Amino acid sequence: MAEPSVIDVANLRKAWADVEAVNGLTLQVPAGSIFGFLGRNGAGKTTTIKVLLGMVRPSGGTARVFELPADAPASSVEIRRRTGFVSEEKDLIDYMTVGEIVRFTAAFYPRWRRDLEEKYLRAFELPSDRKVKLLSRGMRTKLALLLALCRGAELLVLDEPTSGLDPAMTEEVLQALVAHAAGEGMTVFFSSHQIAEVDQIADRVAIIERGRTVVCGALDDLRERYRRVQLVFDGDAPAASFRAPGIVRVRRRGRVLTVLSSSGADAILDEARALAPVATDVVPVTLKEIFLETIAAEE
Amino acid sequence: MLFRPNPSSGVPIYLQLMEQVKHAIETGALRPGEQLPGIRPLAEELVINPNTVAKAYRELEHEGVIELRHGAGAFVADSARPKKITDRLRAAQTVVAAAVERLRERGVNDEEIRRLFEAELAGLSKTKAGGHRG
Repeated sequence: MAEPSVIDVANLRKAWADVEAVNGLTLQVPAGSIFGFLGRNGAGKTTTIKVLLGMVRPSGGTARVFELPADAPASSVEIRRRTGFVSEEKDLIDYMTVGEIVRFTAAFYPRWRRDLEEKYLRAFELPSDRKVKLLSRGMRTKLALLLALCRGAELLVLDEPTSGLDPAMTEEVLQALVAHAAGEGMTVFFSSHQIAEVDQIADRVAIIERGRTVVCGALDDLRERYRRVQLVFDGDAPAASFRAPGIVRVRRRGRVLTVLSSSGADAILDEARALAPVATDVVPVTLKEIFLETIAAEE
Repeated sequence: MLFRPNPSSGVPIYLQLMEQVKHAIETGALRPGEQLPGIRPLAEELVINPNTVAKAYRELEHEGVIELRHGAGAFVADSARPKKITDRLRAAQTVVAAAVERLRERGVNDEEIRRLFEAELAGLSKTKAGGHRG
């Protein structure tokens, strides 16, 4: 934990005219992690990524990548030199062929990895002589990913890498990311609104809503801490309030009182005993539920 | 495939992987001295985070279930350890059998028993993980 974060964002703000796109966002991405950046459409994911890459100036707070300030022009050049980026639109030069765009891009990067280039051209089955504009959506994503992976970058930033891909193609992209992270010891930061893929490959996650971080941490830690406690009563459930820390939500429905906790069930169970429920259930909470519940709790 | 964690079950993937390795040893699918898949190939095969596989292997080593040999990979521990697991489980099974028997006598049906066990485990796994860190 003594190792500095690759990305360190503190209380970041960005206002467009009268809209606060990012409004006090805080997160840390440790080296070597695969970090899932989760949020609904319009939650502020793309704006945050643009700040990290120096494409947008923040209105407040700090954003540092490799311990360099993202909003200073000189350090931003250094950040981009060491970072592979795939935008949501998968911007590519359409009039080139696959082979041409690979050679063209390689020319900009002294650390270009020919070995990986050959490996991914084969693995992704990308036809070298096909024009970029004639590629399918999945092929386009794979080509954009290849160009980012072969740069010899230390950090990969991906904005919605699998949007619009079918499940088989998504799995292929995720597999490439996992293999690459394991083989090259690279840090991956990817935004998504697909909870399943974050669940699958991320070891750390931030959930943002309306430009603010609502949950951030190691995924296994969240899975161990979040619990749903369900209390069933003889008559109508009492309108109880709990003092236990980490209460996310309390719901009463008929004879059932459901408590969602972000810090285990023990303290809640201790308090619940006084209410004399006839049955008590404690169940783990999935990332999907954490996502939906924390966002609902914000509203 | 020997291991198949479910990423969206809400249970930490490294814990699922640990259980599946132990189960494979108990059933004899993995034998003492046999090599486990490497961290990277397994992460790629299951399409899960390599740090998660590494964590599962570290914890399994800590429990004496496997040995991590430097540069060579992960191996099922020789000798007493895996057998101990079997013995321990056999002893545990009698406890569970007695508990289930008593619950059935009280008229609790099998589905209810299953849910009670799961609820109990969900509560316990948290305390256990807390202990590891401390």
